[in-house]
Amino acid sequence: MAQTTFEEISASDFFYRNRDIAGFTSPSRAIFAAIRELVENSLDAAESLKIPPDIYVRLSYEGEASKEAQIYRLRVEDNGIGVPPRHIPSAFGQVLFGSKYKLKQQRGTFGLGGKMAILYGQITTHQPACIFSSTGIAKIYMYKLMIDIQRNRPLILDRKVLINKEQWRGTIVEFCLEGDYFRAMPKILEYFKQTAMMNPYANLTFVDPKGRFYKFTRITKEMPEPPKETKPHPYGVDVELIQRLIQITPYKNMFEFLRHHFHRVGETTANKFLEFSNLSPSRNPKKLSHEEIVRLMHMLKKFREFLPPDASCLSPLGEDLLKAGIVKELKPEFVAVHQRKPATYAGHPFIIEGGIAYGGEIPKQGSFLIYRFANRIPLLYDEASDVSVKVIDSMNWRRYKITPDMPIAILVHVCSTKVPYKTVGKEFIADRPEVRREIANGLREVARQLQHFLTRREHVDRDRKRLGVFSKYLPKIAQFSTKLAGREKLPDIEKLLRSVRKFGAEET
Amino acid sequence: MEQKKHKSSIIERKKEVLSGLENLGVKIYDQLDSGYFPSVDMPSRSIENINYDPQLRQFILGDRKVRRSARNIRHVKPFTQLTWAAEFSHELTSQRKTSTLRDVYYSAQAYEMTFKDQQESNNIVTDLETVLGFSREDFNIFPEERSAVFGDLTIEYTVPGYEGKTLNLTSHPDGVLIGPALTSSEFVKTTADKVIAIEKGGLFTRFIEENVHKKYNAILVLTAGQAPRATRHFVRRLNGELNLPVYIFTDGDPWGMHIAMVIISGSANAAHLRELNTPDAKWSGVWATDIVNYKLPTDPLDEVDMKRLGELQRDPRYKDPLWQREIKTFMKIRKKAEQEAFSRYGLTYIVDEYLPAKLEETK
Repeated sequence: MAQTTFEEISASDFFYRNRDIAGFTSPSRAIFAAIRELVENSLDAAESLKIPPDIYVRLSYEGEASKEAQIYRLRVEDNGIGVPPRHIPSAFGQVLFGSKYKLKQQRGTFGLGGKMAILYGQITTHQPACIFSSTGIAKIYMYKLMIDIQRNRPLILDRKVLINKEQWRGTIVEFCLEGDYFRAMPKILEYFKQTAMMNPYANLTFVDPKGRFYKFTRITKEMPEPPKETKPHPYGVDVELIQRLIQITPYKNMFEFLRHHFHRVGETTANKFLEFSNLSPSRNPKKLSHEEIVRLMHMLKKFREFLPPDASCLSPLGEDLLKAGIVKELKPEFVAVHQRKPATYAGHPFIIEGGIAYGGEIPKQGSFLIYRFANRIPLLYDEASDVSVKVIDSMNWRRYKITPDMPIAILVHVCSTKVPYKTVGKEFIADRPEVRREIANGLREVARQLQHFLTRREHVDRDRKRLGVFSKYLPKIAQFSTKLAGREKLPDIEKLLRSVRKFGAEET
Repeated sequence: MEQKKHKSSIIERKKEVLSGLENLGVKIYDQLDSGYFPSVDMPSRSIENINYDPQLRQFILGDRKVRRSARNIRHVKPFTQLTWAAEFSHELTSQRKTSTLRDVYYSAQAYEMTFKDQQESNNIVTDLETVLGFSREDFNIFPEERSAVFGDLTIEYTVPGYEGKTLNLTSHPDGVLIGPALTSSEFVKTTADKVIAIEKGGLFTRFIEENVHKKYNAILVLTAGQAPRATRHFVRRLNGELNLPVYIFTDGDPWGMHIAMVIISGSANAAHLRELNTPDAKWSGVWATDIVNYKLPTDPLDEVDMKRLGELQRDPRYKDPLWQREIKTFMKIRKKAEQEAFSRYGLTYIVDEYLPAKLEETK
């Protein structure tokens, strides 16, 4: 009989072995994912202070790694909140350590992406990462570190403290990684363009390995309201979460426990729920058995009287900024945007923002250009599997006099405390009926606005064309008939032309 | 010969055409000047409005009218073209110049209202005919195709530079073109007592060579296939003004038959016009029964021929027993013969034997 051995592996070891699920599948995907994860961390770091982000990304060539892959040095600088010095090693050298475990809308979710990038760099090049950070205090801290993969601990190779004369605040991350930039280039440039569209208040600069310089300049300093932290909604909890809450709670009875740890649960609701689930309000939550916790979770999901979660934990871009971003990056002739009211799926609040842009510099290509975003992150892969694409494909566009051969871009932004991604790679959104319905309603609204625009323009065009036809032919009729009738003076046709201008002539 | 009467008829007609055109101009001018979109009414030429008139023995337009109005965005360009065509025709007629349908098509291009194609420009000319009730030859626009005439008829030109000059139509052995100058001429005198119209050029030449005009005292007219409207009008004048009976010889097939019928009863296309047909003209051959009786060499009738025969059988112009009999015979024998088929009996057989027999038969 074969011996089965069990061994515990660390979180970094787990991701080392399963880097595919985080999006680091190939040299070209890896370089794209690394840039994306770090840029997103930088955007979050600036936004949490409500400072318009300034992000500088430089990718430089270091040498040949193999036939398919080269070694690049990636440097990302931001003007964000900065990392307090004592947290720097863990924040960059320990997987699943991070500030993002609270419930609010953020780009990253687990504090995983940035460290995955560094981990990937380490395992492909065996070189340390270099971090500079300051929270704006008198000193800048520099760490050179690697990740001890088996123990999931940072290994500090060097540490320096610099004088911060200019009161710089922000973070710089620099490390080497293997990648295939030239294959990834179109996606990376598209990523910057779409990020600039979704973050019109950010300055993004990218210098590529050939020294080409791409700059996306902000057009506004207005920023969306940052999301508020929120407690979990009863519909969205699982057993694990209840157990954690029980562990940390200072409250000694169920009534207080429910009232203080759950979103949308006040005194009345707590009492009603306890009655509904046959739990004594004075019961000590820490004394609940495992079976009772499981039952509690089921009852929480069954109880119909919880109000839906409110959306203050969400930070949609807002119609004005969305419009500004689309105008800035797509330069269309017409744009319509719409923000839906907050909705929920499985206890998670979400908001859909939709946009449609027409004409201008949008190319005609026989199909709609589709831009998908989740929590302001552009989604660039697996378009065909995404719920937005399914909604777009199933909509009856002809109803809105819209056809795929028109120059049209459609944008869908899903904001949620928990975006229903299908994979860890965060590339496409699962087909949840609630989400699907909201996307469809949002797109219908902007499609209607585009239809109005097209109809109005068609009318103006027709009137202009009509006037052109009459102004061309009526004088000729006047000229020929004058000659034919043997008259001297041309008849006065001004009155007729005025009537065309005013009412247009009959159609039949 | 009543010369005076004929002369005045040509000049009167020109005057009527000119004043018709001028009145159209005045009407459009006055509408414009009083602030209305100009419009003209004319009989509809749609198929439902074309009826056969047994009294006139030709197709005529019914009572349905259509209005061409410059108020309508889709009509304003054709209306402009119509006004222009009227002005163009007025100029031609008053300066006594002629022009062709092709000229009309090209001349319009100088005025930035280019015709899409020849058909569009022809349609505008037809509109003008319908509005005025005169055919385009009356306002000096002629088609390209020409036919010819030969025989002892003296005519007097009315065209500029030739006024008063006369010509005897035997003066050229190839015949004289039936063109604008000839159709606007007055008939001065003739010794002929009949007109023989012939479909094909070869036979026309043979008839001249064989002195048919002398032997049978005839004016010979070459229709050159389906007779142009100018030729049909010319034949009508020979019949009406000179009281000459008209005999038509065509190929022995449904198409030849219809060439004769259009000379006799007119075409649906020209239902808006009068005085193009010659109701008393006779179709003298080649009949289906001639094919049988003269044992002519034949070709089989094909599908298209048979289909055409079916159409003709139901056509009101063909209700006469003779026509019905011939259609039935064609359908029975399923054969056709050309005029040249008589050559199997020698080159002069048609002139010496067939022609006199048929002239007698259809007298």
